[in-house]
Amino acid sequence: MKEIILIAISAILVENFVLTKFLGICPFLGVSKKLSTALGMGGAVVFVITLSSAVTWVVYEYLLYDYPYLRTIAFILVIAALVQFVEIVLKKFVPTLYTALGIYLPLITTNCAVLGSALLNVERGYTFFQALVFGFAASVGFTLALILFSGVRERMETSDIPIAFQGLPITLIAAALVSVAFVGFQGLFGI
Amino acid sequence: MAKSKGRAMQVLANGFIKENPVLRLVLGTCPTLAVTTMAKNGIGMGIAATFVLLGSNIVISLIRKIVPDKVRIPVFITVIAGFTTIVELLMHAFLPDIYKALGIFIPLIVVNCIILARAEMFASKNSVGMSILDALGMGGGFTIALFIIGSLREIIGSGTWMGYPLTRDLIDPAVVMILPPGGFLAFGFIVAAINKFSSLRIRNKEISQGCGLGCPGCSNGNNGGGGQ
Repeated sequence: MKEIILIAISAILVENFVLTKFLGICPFLGVSKKLSTALGMGGAVVFVITLSSAVTWVVYEYLLYDYPYLRTIAFILVIAALVQFVEIVLKKFVPTLYTALGIYLPLITTNCAVLGSALLNVERGYTFFQALVFGFAASVGFTLALILFSGVRERMETSDIPIAFQGLPITLIAAALVSVAFVGFQGLFGI
Repeated sequence: MAKSKGRAMQVLANGFIKENPVLRLVLGTCPTLAVTTMAKNGIGMGIAATFVLLGSNIVISLIRKIVPDKVRIPVFITVIAGFTTIVELLMHAFLPDIYKALGIFIPLIVVNCIILARAEMFASKNSVGMSILDALGMGGGFTIALFIIGSLREIIGSGTWMGYPLTRDLIDPAVVMILPPGGFLAFGFIVAAINKFSSLRIRNKEISQGCGLGCPGCSNGNNGGGGQ
């Protein structure tokens, strides 16, 4: 039990996907402009990563055990299918969220965080339950970073920024400052 | 003939300067930030991605007329995943150091937006020859961008360049540059510098036509600026 809690907390804070592992930067920069879209994207990512962690673990353990070199191809296809599924479900049941997420929903397929967590699960030899917890916690960490950062960006809208820094550069520099805060968590539990 | 040669050069140069995938189009940011703690890793990642891009562009441009429109994205991703696996196995066998340093970012080349974007926007619409040039241009632009960011971070963050000690004994390196925040910081400042220079370039262009050297000049400027 202690181990599970440790995996969860370290996945959220110590090795935050966005701010210390650099997984999922594109959606981080793309949809963190407003809190509402950040929440929507975060929800979709939590759902997809948790599901894909479970499915890819089973696929790797039972289908690919003798062919580990096929994992990249197999994982990306599983993830692509899952994203398609989530898209259909959202379109059918939550159309407002579907339109709000727009282009970013199909882009979850090419979100490094999803494939990254599947690969990390395999690399670290997690059990099924550990993999599930890690996937869930990592995506919660992703959502946390997105929400925190959307607050920073909403403030930036009204501030006076030099022309050359407007847009992407100032966003990256603000992300650097938020990331400094997360570096502070390193050393927590001596991980 | 001269015209097609001109277009070929244009396609090749496009990726380096006008549409540099990292610095202008802001694609593939994850590997850009993650592997650029050292200039050497940046080059390794750049070459690996260029290889995948070259392979996938060739294959996709060859099969572009056979693949039905509806299933093209899954087909593209499968092709890209195939080439990524090849690169992964090759690097594991021949470049174990870089393989270890890049870690999970080698399999993650599959989800590098640059490669899928080129497949979708260029290789699925153009001939094999043009697609090869496009892959080389885009891959080269990616590699150069990673090299610039990697150099900046390595020189400031650990006082070395390509592994050789440079300023390490003179000033204390600012370790934050090789930690995660340094990635965001270096990338932010480089994009800002490019914005600054390219806005100058547009102004120059208004005054006198034909300032072709504007952007290579500015990327050299960044590199030099990083050295100080």
